[in-house]
Amino acid sequence: MAILVDEKTRVLVQGITGHQGSFHALAMKEFGTKVVSGTSPGKGGQTVNGVPVFNTVERAMRETKPNTSAIFVPAPFVLDAAIEAIDAGIEMIVIVSEHVPVHDAMKMVSYAARMGVRIVGPNCPGVASPSKGKVAIIPNQIFAPGDVGVISRSGTLTYEIVDSLTRAGMGQSTCVGIGGDRVSGTNFVDCLEMFQNDRQTKRIVLVGEIGGSAEEEAAKYISENVRKPVAAYIAGKSAPPGKRMGHAGAIISRGMGTAEGKIRALGDAGVAVASTTADIVKLIGKKK
Amino acid sequence: MNLLEIEGKRLFAEYDIPVPEGRVLESTAVPGDISFPAVVKAQVPIGGRGKAGGIRMVGTKAEAERAVREILGMNIRGYRVERVLVERKIEGRTELYLSIAVDRSKRRPIIMASRMGGMDIESVPDDKIERRWVDPWVGFQPFIARDLLFSLGLDPTMSSQFQSILASLWRLFQEADAELVEINPLVLTNDGKLVAVDAKVVIDDDALFRHESFKKVAADITPLERKARDKGIAFVQLDGNIGIIANGAGLTMATLDFLTMHGGKGGVFLDLGGTDDPQKVKEALLLMAEADPKVILINIFGGITKCDTVAAGLIQALREGHIEPPIVARIKGVNEKEAFEMLRDTGIRPALSLEDATKIAVEIARGG
Repeated sequence: MAILVDEKTRVLVQGITGHQGSFHALAMKEFGTKVVSGTSPGKGGQTVNGVPVFNTVERAMRETKPNTSAIFVPAPFVLDAAIEAIDAGIEMIVIVSEHVPVHDAMKMVSYAARMGVRIVGPNCPGVASPSKGKVAIIPNQIFAPGDVGVISRSGTLTYEIVDSLTRAGMGQSTCVGIGGDRVSGTNFVDCLEMFQNDRQTKRIVLVGEIGGSAEEEAAKYISENVRKPVAAYIAGKSAPPGKRMGHAGAIISRGMGTAEGKIRALGDAGVAVASTTADIVKLIGKKK
Repeated sequence: MNLLEIEGKRLFAEYDIPVPEGRVLESTAVPGDISFPAVVKAQVPIGGRGKAGGIRMVGTKAEAERAVREILGMNIRGYRVERVLVERKIEGRTELYLSIAVDRSKRRPIIMASRMGGMDIESVPDDKIERRWVDPWVGFQPFIARDLLFSLGLDPTMSSQFQSILASLWRLFQEADAELVEINPLVLTNDGKLVAVDAKVVIDDDALFRHESFKKVAADITPLERKARDKGIAFVQLDGNIGIIANGAGLTMATLDFLTMHGGKGGVFLDLGGTDDPQKVKEALLLMAEADPKVILINIFGGITKCDTVAAGLIQALREGHIEPPIVARIKGVNEKEAFEMLRDTGIRPALSLEDATKIAVEIARGG
């Protein structure tokens, strides 16, 4: 099992001729993922790291049948790229690009929902299911297959946590980086539902941060629907209000979205909340 | 990016949303054509002006001059008042609240309206706020205004005014790539007109590439923060004396939290992001040095950003720039051994764990 990405995942890389796109197309292949094609307007016919390049998604669909797209194009072109993928019939889109305007994000999330397409991101490290495949940019070497499902709004912080899980002998079913923007295609609740229904996943690690109310909504969902043990870490306890802390979504505005509120909500829902990243491993390890 | 009230009102006027007549002053000379009673308002890109004494009612020219003199140069929550707005006081029967914002959990725009305008919307009880969501592709439709008008119990004769203001506000929200457009209060005057007495407009920083004009008015960041933004580095100035450099926003926040837990105080939050360019690491360190922290704490988890890339950038910066504060670095992940070798004898103190690095940094910051 695992969620979102498995052996059947066939990846198209939009923006494959760029520095990031070509590097990560190769890294995905090395992880064992089927990277079937890429797009780059005007560069159709070329190959990048052994992957055929097409001018349009529609053409890539016809010839290579991808079901998942990883978008690496610069922020101003992400809306266009996402709609192109949706209209061509892609089932899931993972958007790596950072700094996508929030109005563009709202538009593509709304259109994707109407068309039954899942978006993960924007501004996300992607999805990895160890020994099955990965989409986007999570580093290959930190994973081991296992039963921990990981959901996170952050990138590097998650890598560090996954790395310590692996070192402690706790492999992962799937790790989902949902992204640090204000509006994301996939949120904690979506992933919690999938992990609850996934047979491989026996326990869940949730990595949240200040801003918005996604963690509070996750807490409510957990208390009502999740019967697997959950451990959480919330970043930004010492962040001042009104300042955007690196991620567009990581901002305490008008007293909303503080770490204390999120920690309280998760604690009340029976989640073991870690005070440092190192404690996550201890908390989730205990709950076997 | 928070626009000043006067910038917001300039946009309102462009979009045919009625605003009071007013004048922007940068010096204490009050011109003769202002009608009284009037209001003198400090222009700062932050809320809470009233409580800080930045808003004053004045009845005469002499009172206005005194208020302007006292408010100009005032420091309001870290912002120096460079300009004041003097405008006609609007008398009204009812103060409404009206805004359009991004609803993060519903992932679409939300229109909020209330009869309890003139106070912070957070202190208005939930059941006194009307909420309507709009699909970004469908956009605002007139029925929403009619629906709100009746739900708020406003006189039906207000319908066309209210609808036109809300339609304009929607156009402004989308066309300016706003995160928030807020009129609080929207005053219903004694002669039945709706006037926007305040304007709060927040523009999405990520959309500034299609709004060059807003870039110039950005007033809510420090000069160093602006410099960092131009280099694509996330940089936030804080109250403490320890500069933090990490890669990734989450990891940088976690490092700041860990430092705080161990009694340290963050002075700068610097997120390197994902980079495989030593040049960017070098620029980040030089920028950090400009903020003059007492010690710099580096926390890197190498993945996409390789540890030796970071080490190379640090060494370049030490060679080319004058970096005074001591540096403690915890570097882990891809190519960590190479990084450790490279940093040997450079004066940078390596640490194996974040805990060790943090303790050393806190000690240095305390001891001086």
